[in-house]
Amino acid sequence: MDSRIALVLKLVALAGLLAFPAFGSPFYVEMLAKILVLAIFAMSLDLLVGFTGLVSLGHAAFFGVAAYAVALLTPKYDPASLWLALPLSVLGAAAAAFVIGLFVLRTKGIYFIMVTLAFAQMAYYVFHDTALGGGSDGIYLNFKPDASIAGWAPFSLDEPMHLYYFIVFAMVAVFVFLTLVLRSPFGKVLVGIRSNEHRMQSLGYATFRYKLAAFTLAGALAGVAGFLYAVLFGFVTPEYLSWHQSGNVLMMVILGGMGNLAGAVIGAFAFVGLQEFFAGMTKHWQLLMGGVIVLAVLFLPGGIAALPRRLAAAREARRAALPPDAPPPAARKAAAPATPPAPPMIGKMKQGVNHV
Amino acid sequence: MSEAMLVADKLTRRFGGLAANQDVCLELHRGALHALLGPNGAGKSTCINMLSGDLPPSSGRIVFGGRDISTLTAAQRSRIGIGRSYQRTNIFPGFTVLENCRLAAQSRNPRPWKIFTDALRLSDTVTRAEAAIAEAGLAGREGRVAGTLSHGEQRQLEIAMVLATDAQVLLLDEPLAGMGSEESAQMVELLKGLKARRAILLVEHDMDAVFAVADTITVMVNGLVLASGAPEAIRANPDVQQAYLGEGAHV
Amino acid sequence: MDLVTFLIQILNALQYGLLLFLVASGLTLVFGIMGIINLAHGSFYMVGAYMAFVLTGMTGNLMLTIALGIPLAFAFGALLEWLLFAHLYKRDHLEQVLLTYGLILIFEELRSLAVGDDVHGVAVPALFSASIPLSDTLSYPVYRIVISVVCLLLAGGLWWLMKRTRLGMMIRAGSHDRDMVQSLGIDINLLYRTVFALGVALAALAGMLAAPISSVYPGMGGSVLIISFVIVVIGGIGSVWGALVAALLIGFADTFGKVLLPEFAGLAVYLVMAAVLLWRPEGIFKKG
Repeated sequence: MDSRIALVLKLVALAGLLAFPAFGSPFYVEMLAKILVLAIFAMSLDLLVGFTGLVSLGHAAFFGVAAYAVALLTPKYDPASLWLALPLSVLGAAAAAFVIGLFVLRTKGIYFIMVTLAFAQMAYYVFHDTALGGGSDGIYLNFKPDASIAGWAPFSLDEPMHLYYFIVFAMVAVFVFLTLVLRSPFGKVLVGIRSNEHRMQSLGYATFRYKLAAFTLAGALAGVAGFLYAVLFGFVTPEYLSWHQSGNVLMMVILGGMGNLAGAVIGAFAFVGLQEFFAGMTKHWQLLMGGVIVLAVLFLPGGIAALPRRLAAAREARRAALPPDAPPPAARKAAAPATPPAPPMIGKMKQGVNHV
Repeated sequence: MSEAMLVADKLTRRFGGLAANQDVCLELHRGALHALLGPNGAGKSTCINMLSGDLPPSSGRIVFGGRDISTLTAAQRSRIGIGRSYQRTNIFPGFTVLENCRLAAQSRNPRPWKIFTDALRLSDTVTRAEAAIAEAGLAGREGRVAGTLSHGEQRQLEIAMVLATDAQVLLLDEPLAGMGSEESAQMVELLKGLKARRAILLVEHDMDAVFAVADTITVMVNGLVLASGAPEAIRANPDVQQAYLGEGAHV
Repeated sequence: MDLVTFLIQILNALQYGLLLFLVASGLTLVFGIMGIINLAHGSFYMVGAYMAFVLTGMTGNLMLTIALGIPLAFAFGALLEWLLFAHLYKRDHLEQVLLTYGLILIFEELRSLAVGDDVHGVAVPALFSASIPLSDTLSYPVYRIVISVVCLLLAGGLWWLMKRTRLGMMIRAGSHDRDMVQSLGIDINLLYRTVFALGVALAALAGMLAAPISSVYPGMGGSVLIISFVIVVIGGIGSVWGALVAALLIGFADTFGKVLLPEFAGLAVYLVMAAVLLWRPEGIFKKG
């Protein structure tokens, strides 16, 4: 796509987000806020999965650590300062990602998927089992963080509108930040690692350090999302760290098309949209969700994002196969070749086990 | 001859009970091209992999500029100036030619903390990449996606990437593999130009090319060094003729 | 801890570890031979446990249930392989994760539709309902010993299958070199289907055996899955022997973690994994 058109589309989308509260009911404003928080979460995971080639199935750990951090930093009868709670929560998530990264990045492929999942489960038990996390019921935030600086309050997160715009701002800030990071020398190395890590090493890059930095950064940004989620809903539970949460955010990244920040945002919208749509139909909505996922993998290699390309390729192939004086459609169908094999969905992803 | 830049001292690599390399000794000098010859399975790739750090030796030492580098990783060896190319083309197929070489050049001055700077605006890196592309004969191809280049051009890109890292020692693993005669001739000219300021180890099957550019030749058979010396001496060596070049050899 | 309590904990650890081995051995074979990451493997354990609950309700006898359940689970596995997993071999790991994650959602909801979301108990078979007295106050249930013995027999059977039979020879060849297997004229599709179905049957059997002691509850597949992952990571992908050692290690870490550090009970298993990762990132028994 022409980059100018893309920019215009992004600005239109942003204008829509800014204008939405004027039209939508508070219920939908809150839902949109939730989607935007999940979009931040999905973008942070996309940095790993889509740009660095690290398929993490434990990303919820960092989301949850930051959510618990803000809950634990909030005193029982007072609000915490936003300007203290936010950086500390994000720092906590980053520290957790750094330490876990030291372990999990020693592995590759299938091992990496399993080990990230296992470490996230470990983090889950830390909050689920120990006195620290308040057990399976979780903790309520009695107060949302206070945004005042030396007595002056530029905004208040207790105001739903202020909170909404704060979240919009955070989402845009993360989007711009990651866009810049990805065109920086550091970001170029990450994309190189996804494409061919071995070659990056022989070119002189200590790829482990870059992956650890990416893992830590992704954890920190997941922490931003976890912080906002806890503030938005006013409570935290161990479910924030559960592997279903990690699975769901991975779905968002894949739905929107990996390695594309705007795609991650779209994926968050699509995922919550599907969830709400199915939940409106039946109590057993996960059955439909699971069905859609299974069918999509079987029949749509490449995901929704690859659909236009596949359709175009199929059209192209059909046209190429047709003689100038085309037979009627019925005969044409029989004569047309089978749809060309789709490009491997994530061609750059390495098949872990059997590779040296 | 000048002091050796890279020395392999009794390098040995065993896989199980099999010695793929046994007491291999080599010296690489600036301004000289050292060719490594041998039939398939002689251990040439094992040797180059040990020198580049892709494979740890079972015993023996590798010395670079007087310093034992046997325990350095591949990345660390690249950073001190040892670059390699691969027998099977090993590039970033989805990136442009420029980006392939830019990444290589960036490794000399990575500046990973500059996360708000556009990598394409770091002019020292881009300039170095463009120079390497030109030196390898790919000028005008900068914007092409590497995966769409012809086989010969991809081999040139392999070399360009090594050059972009400003390597002083080049370990080239069959750069002529799969090339047509015209492309081969170009590559031979390129190699002649490259060796003036660098030390080169060339693993190659193409006899004509090897005898055209090599200053020293080492012949390996079954993991052992059979003979080592100037091209004329190798050509005249009866062991080599019998073991490797064969009775009908035209050399 | 006195000697009798200690003995009881050792027996518990053995029983838990051996049960985990049944689940993990199928997982590691499917990983090692087909190169597939299967998140839905824990669901097979869950399906087995619910099968024990439903079938025992009909037959009134757990042993009869197991006799019926194993071929059912095997057939279910073969069907699933034919329908879904056979299409995954050439795909990358991310798509395998995606599809098998979708399967978990489907299995859990089908379970919810069929039997609801309540916790159920399954009766210990009358034959094994006794306990062996160990001291004046402490005794050990016979059924747990039966589980351990059954699992040990199966582990021996698997060893025999892998080392002494033609199928085992093919499996071992397949995990080393797919092309060679095909060039030997072996039907690789049939081989894969058999291995996959075997893995499903083992996991379901573990679920059936565990049903009387752990009860039957929603989400039971998820925790077993993650523990099995830990076992495969520790043991090394594709190594049945490694899975056995790792499963016992985890059984002991979990059991004694609960006794010695009740506050951090859930963590012991993961700490063991972290230590192994530092020591050998590709598992203790990684081949080659």
